[in-house]
Amino acid sequence: MEAVNLLSSNKYSEKQIGYLFISVLVNTNSDLIKLIIQSIKNDLSSRNPVHVSLALQCIANIGSKEMAEAFGHEIPKLLVSGDTMDVVKQSAALCLLRLFRTSQEIIPSGEWTSRIIHLLNDQHMGVVTAATSLIDALVKKNPEEYKGCISLAVSRLSRIVTASYTDLQDYTYYFVPAPWLSVKLLRLLQNYPPPEDPGVRGRLNECLETILNKAQEPPKSKKVQHSNAKNAVLFEAISLIIHNDTEPNLLVRACNQLGQFLSNRETNLRYLALESMCLLATSEFSHEAVKKHQEVVILSMKMEKDVSVRQQAVDLLYAMCDKSNAEEIVQEMLNYLETADYSIREEMVLKVAILAEKYATDYTWYVDVILNLIRIAGDYVSEEVWYRVIQIVINRDDVQGYAAKTVFEALQAPACHENMVKVGGYILGEFGNLIAGDQRSSPQVQFQLLHSKYHLCSPMTRALLLSTYIKFVNLFPEIKTQIQDVFKQHSNLRSADAELQQRASEYLQLSIIASTDVLATVLEEMPAFPERESSILAVLKKKKPGRVPENEIREGKSPGPTANHQTEQPPAPAPTTNNVSTDLLGLSTPPASQPSTTSTSNTGVLLDVFGDMYGGTGTPAQANNVNNLAPAQSTYNAKKFICKNNGVLFENDLIQIGVKSEFRQNLGRLGLFYGNKTSFALQNFMPSLSIPDELQGKVNLQVKPVEPVLEAGAQIQQMLNAECIEDYSDTPSMVISFLYNNVPQKLTIKLPLTINKFFEPTEMNGESFFARWKNLGGNQQRSQKIFKATQPMDTTATRTKLLGFGMQLLEGIDPNPDNFVCAGIVHTRTQQVGCLLRLEPNKQAQMYRLTVRSSKESVSQEVCELLADQF
Amino acid sequence: MQFMLLFSRQGKLRLQKWYVAHPDKLKKKITRELITTILARKPKMSSFLEWKDVKVVYKRYASLYFCCAIEQKDNELLTLEIIHRYVELLDKYFGSVCELDIIFNFEKAYFILDELLLGGEIQETSKKNVLKAIAAQDLLQEDEAVEGALREIGLL
Repeated sequence: MEAVNLLSSNKYSEKQIGYLFISVLVNTNSDLIKLIIQSIKNDLSSRNPVHVSLALQCIANIGSKEMAEAFGHEIPKLLVSGDTMDVVKQSAALCLLRLFRTSQEIIPSGEWTSRIIHLLNDQHMGVVTAATSLIDALVKKNPEEYKGCISLAVSRLSRIVTASYTDLQDYTYYFVPAPWLSVKLLRLLQNYPPPEDPGVRGRLNECLETILNKAQEPPKSKKVQHSNAKNAVLFEAISLIIHNDTEPNLLVRACNQLGQFLSNRETNLRYLALESMCLLATSEFSHEAVKKHQEVVILSMKMEKDVSVRQQAVDLLYAMCDKSNAEEIVQEMLNYLETADYSIREEMVLKVAILAEKYATDYTWYVDVILNLIRIAGDYVSEEVWYRVIQIVINRDDVQGYAAKTVFEALQAPACHENMVKVGGYILGEFGNLIAGDQRSSPQVQFQLLHSKYHLCSPMTRALLLSTYIKFVNLFPEIKTQIQDVFKQHSNLRSADAELQQRASEYLQLSIIASTDVLATVLEEMPAFPERESSILAVLKKKKPGRVPENEIREGKSPGPTANHQTEQPPAPAPTTNNVSTDLLGLSTPPASQPSTTSTSNTGVLLDVFGDMYGGTGTPAQANNVNNLAPAQSTYNAKKFICKNNGVLFENDLIQIGVKSEFRQNLGRLGLFYGNKTSFALQNFMPSLSIPDELQGKVNLQVKPVEPVLEAGAQIQQMLNAECIEDYSDTPSMVISFLYNNVPQKLTIKLPLTINKFFEPTEMNGESFFARWKNLGGNQQRSQKIFKATQPMDTTATRTKLLGFGMQLLEGIDPNPDNFVCAGIVHTRTQQVGCLLRLEPNKQAQMYRLTVRSSKESVSQEVCELLADQF
Repeated sequence: MQFMLLFSRQGKLRLQKWYVAHPDKLKKKITRELITTILARKPKMSSFLEWKDVKVVYKRYASLYFCCAIEQKDNELLTLEIIHRYVELLDKYFGSVCELDIIFNFEKAYFILDELLLGGEIQETSKKNVLKAIAAQDLLQEDEAVEGALREIGLL
């Protein structure tokens, strides 16, 4: 309270202390803020510029919503008014910027735009500097409106870079003319594509060249400040060159300049040079130029004293890797991994795994690399990495024998990592037979080797090994008794883990009861995994959001990595991203992933085997299910979704859209999964809702926005919440627009949100059914349709559809057993509508008669319409 | 820029300025963790580090560490120079500044910082202009002090 009194004091010193107190200590207390707003208003309109400045500083320091509301109108006026002092203008610009960040709507548009842009021409350098920050933020919000700033920024920049350091007096910093303003202008230009006007473009390129030239000049001062300021401008210019990505000449020069920095004495410069080079490596023009520095970069990775610099070097190696140098880079990274810092090991392991997979031409090499990874840094090899190697081995016949042989050899080491045992167990269980011909790796030897590790492993690995053994029973009948002995040992109390005990005893029974044929079916080789985006990549992205260096060259690089990428990882189908570990089809304990092979054999004992205590089986099974539901190309299944909730809604060559949904009462949740099937990123990716007028106010939808870029082969999920307020017909749509290869694409997809989704099934007996049926006999309440069957009149299919439709199917009520009757309640926010239905098939005439009765006419009609289309 | 911290080699926080709103608890946590991280680094290491989702730029002047957290896209080298400019300003104002100056005249340190940076962006890069603004403030204060003194002894 005292502070508020101080604010309104006439004495400057008291006022100042009041403001200081408020800006340091008050930033959330809204009661106080209301009180001080009046004082600030007074000061803002004061004639003394010092008071105005104080007020502006205070607003900027607090920058709350209340502030934005109270001063959003005043400050722009101050900013562009002719008689505001320069100092005040500077503060006003930044103050406005701060308020703009809290609430985007405060900035006036129209005539203000050009007046704000023209601040770039202001005489006073301080004003220009502050204004550039503001414009940069405004441009991000509304690039089109502020387009005029491009040419002004370029000419301002050109005046600065050609100025000698004496011209700008106090705005020269250690012989560098206006470094802050230069950097800000260069930043501003990075919001736009290269200027279209050839004149402006030429001038900009001249500026950039001048900056590059200046870097070669001998320093004007030995002070570190001089070189920092100069290089700050240089690095920003290089960012702009990379951003524009159109001038091969400039890109290569930039690359050479950074190459020089790689061996500079200053750690800071080496760090930044590595960081910028990461970006250069992704441009098709400079990718080759970057590769020239490979040796130095490898050296930095090994020799650099500072771990953050080493980290940058690793990132750069990852970014510059392509088909030609993959083997060398991967080898160097493996070598380094042995001594690498613990803090970066896990990330390195992921990177090595990704590179090895992506650029493998020879999959034996890939297998070697991954096994080496496990050997060198087993603790840092996450589940995804070893899952992935197994997926790849299973999907590629040509490496299976090699893989079996290599893991067998690796397992012979006296101490080997548990992850190695897992991979070894899995692979030998599947492909052990391929090397069993050799005396040195006979079934007997393989089994004993694996079993010698059994006691050293965690329960999870043991469970995996038990599965391997049962697979051996099938592969090598000759060691069956030996394996049965092991099962016997572990099926009793000696095995403390309940899961292991159960597994052991079930496997034991299986091996005793089942005939060879059944065994062979049950323990068949695993089916190939559906190809998809490497889950490892997803992990890497999750681990370092926003700063995963790209290992994908932009545009054009035709024969190189992109082609390889395509064959290697065709588009990701189906919902996969939500949970990476469950996503791997329940690999956590192998038997859980076998239902497809075993569901045919109905041995009672077997069913229990698939209970999995280690990982959720629900999600992967579902994901798998959806996966299989995507058979056709370019399909749009909107109609099918009336009677089901999950599956692929739309698919063409570019994109696949899957849906998972669940409904309760009048609420629903939809997960939309957009999968990019191409090998290019889809830009400006934007799904937006389109709700027909007649649905306004009847249904309430909320969507979460998604990232504007959908990477090649990647998939994103969008959640949508729906609430039914009143019954409706038709459905809302999703309009999905994006750029593919710079060609705009637009899709309109009807969302599976038909009114029947809000049905709650109701059970009732014949008596009450007919009582209600009669009650709803009026013309207003009933709707009837007679139509011809478009599909075979199959009773089971019809039942499935009716069940999926959401109503309760009532058995034994209709005197005619061929007829179907259903009951349900449509839940909306405002009311609940009871609904009864009767479907009478006439097989001779191939016709149906559908009658719907409900307490509301519109509901009867819509339900009737929806369902009549389905048969 | 998200925030600026000044702390001593012993890990004592001397000045903090936040340009994004965080609850106090979080601020304390960030400060504590960051100070420990930076103090553990060796002199030859680079002045930049990636920390959580921000870039941190720091520099040591005598016994004081100056540390700024900036956005991913901000220019690191120039941030170092913002720090340097601030140090220069303090130096000029206090006449070879030392840690004690900042402890005892913290309000001045804040005023100078407010003139240099506003809302996390650089406001005035000219040393002369900043010092002029501060001098103007001081003059007003002195005038008032003189006025008050005169009034006290009954001359006004």
